[in-house]
Amino acid sequence: MDNIIELIDIHKSFGKQKVLDGLSLAVPRGQTTVIIGRSGGGKSVVLKHMIGLIKPDRGQVLVGGQDITQMDDRELNQVRKSFGMLFQDAALFDSMNVGDNVAFPLREHTRLSEKEIKRAVAEKLALVGLTGAEEKLPSQLSGGMRKRAGLARAIALEPEIILYDEPTTGLDPLLTDAINRLIKDTQERLKITAVVISHDLAGAYRIAHNIAMLYQGRIIASGSPDGLRQNQDPVVQQFIHGRAEGPIEVL
Amino acid sequence: MRWIAPIESLGRACLNGLAETGEILLLLVQAFLWLLRPPWRLRLIFKQMEFVGIKSINVVILTGAFTGAVFALQSYHGFSLFGAESLVGSTVALALTRELGPVLTCLMVTGRAGSAMAAELGTMRVTEQVDALYVMAVNPVQYLVLPRILASIIMLPVLTIVADYVGIVGGYIVGVHLLGINAGIFVAKIIEYMEISDISMGLIKAAFFGLILSLVGCYKGFYTHGGAEGVGRATTEAVVLASVLILAFDYVLTAIMF
Ligand SMILES: Nc1ncnc2c1ncn2[C@@H]1O[C@H](COP(=O)(O)OP(=O)(O)OP(=O)(O)O)[C@@H](O)[C@H]1O
Ligand SMILES: [Mg+2]
Repeated sequence: MDNIIELIDIHKSFGKQKVLDGLSLAVPRGQTTVIIGRSGGGKSVVLKHMIGLIKPDRGQVLVGGQDITQMDDRELNQVRKSFGMLFQDAALFDSMNVGDNVAFPLREHTRLSEKEIKRAVAEKLALVGLTGAEEKLPSQLSGGMRKRAGLARAIALEPEIILYDEPTTGLDPLLTDAINRLIKDTQERLKITAVVISHDLAGAYRIAHNIAMLYQGRIIASGSPDGLRQNQDPVVQQFIHGRAEGPIEVL
Repeated sequence: MRWIAPIESLGRACLNGLAETGEILLLLVQAFLWLLRPPWRLRLIFKQMEFVGIKSINVVILTGAFTGAVFALQSYHGFSLFGAESLVGSTVALALTRELGPVLTCLMVTGRAGSAMAAELGTMRVTEQVDALYVMAVNPVQYLVLPRILASIIMLPVLTIVADYVGIVGGYIVGVHLLGINAGIFVAKIIEYMEISDISMGLIKAAFFGLILSLVGCYKGFYTHGGAEGVGRATTEAVVLASVLILAFDYVLTAIMF
């Protein structure tokens, strides 16, 4: 199968804390891969490796077959132009209003006129249920609204690969469903590759082609949603059924 | 081995200082390399010029006026002891253009704008906005650091001219109207003793201090870590380090230029 992103034997420590310990993960092109795992387990760190924000201590990160850990800034920028990313805390520019935030990648990397940009921004904001929020400042938004504005910015350029760090955490059940549907629609309509970190298992089963579970610095299980549900590993079973007792020490 | 501990910590402090100097210079080189490559973000530079320059005018006017006034008062008391009151004007003018204008202006702007640069970039760092720039293939040194440095290098000499002028006017008001020095003599002595080079050297200093305060502010902000507390620390450190460097380089530049 054709993998657009491949992490090979990644090791990463912060100080004395070992976060990734020989992690390998393949992300198939044109599909949605969901990463699940414990809070603080290193999921965001994995996502940041894929786009070169964090360099591994050891291991390779292949994007389109090329190792981005060996690239200089200019090459890395070229690769990053094919990515969109939603940060866990949205990371909106708080000196700009929502409209300018969403317009930012368009202004930087396209030659669209201001009128076309305005139209594209309105369209993306409508997709995430923020119609008319252009003039609001990030500090005036609720957490869920910030997340959705960040989502609109991440998909603004309709990039080839989109990384979503917990797109539905903190949203009400209706919005959760709507955003999951948006992720699925975007992926199917544009045939893009999506990598989604999620704690929302029900949603993950709906949108994922593949689910990978991160545990103790490695991917311990990966496969189709059905495959994962039938996985007999007691760690996986405990996690997907959300039980406090089992091989995973919860507290 | 107890006696070695202080030497060890002294050594470590020196090494840290060296490492930091290296990092600051590296940031400077990176920023200026971006001058050679488009896009040149004029809009961002103008925005920073407004922030550093226009918005500091009030502070600079107040600082300049009171400095000139108090300097006139002090030097009058000194000079009147041997009947040289006529020199008050030129003393005030020379002190302001050569030293007090650039130094005090830049110290005030460090407190206002240098600290704001550290706080703003620091907040952007800890809330991942800097990472977001990287992700969107926009280099944050080019987008955030370079405009601030350029704006400061351009605006601090301008502010210094304002401070020089207002300061001399302040000195004039005190000297002529309060202390009764003859207005014609006050002005004539300024013209007699002051040269264009006194002003221009002061402005060169100001440009250099502008570089220092923006570079240090950006450096401290850009490498902030550790949440809100880290931002606070970065801001304080930026003001302290920039102020000390301004005073130290004032000596060096004065020794070289005059
Ligand atoms: N820049 C960093 N410096 C130091 N430690 C870090 C850094 N980034 C992450 N860590 C550490 O790595 C570990 C994993 O963090 P990460 O954010 O990837 O967790 P996560 O799986 O995304 O958790 P959550 O589901 O709560 O978002 C944490 O213990 C965190 O303290
Ligand atoms: Mg996370």
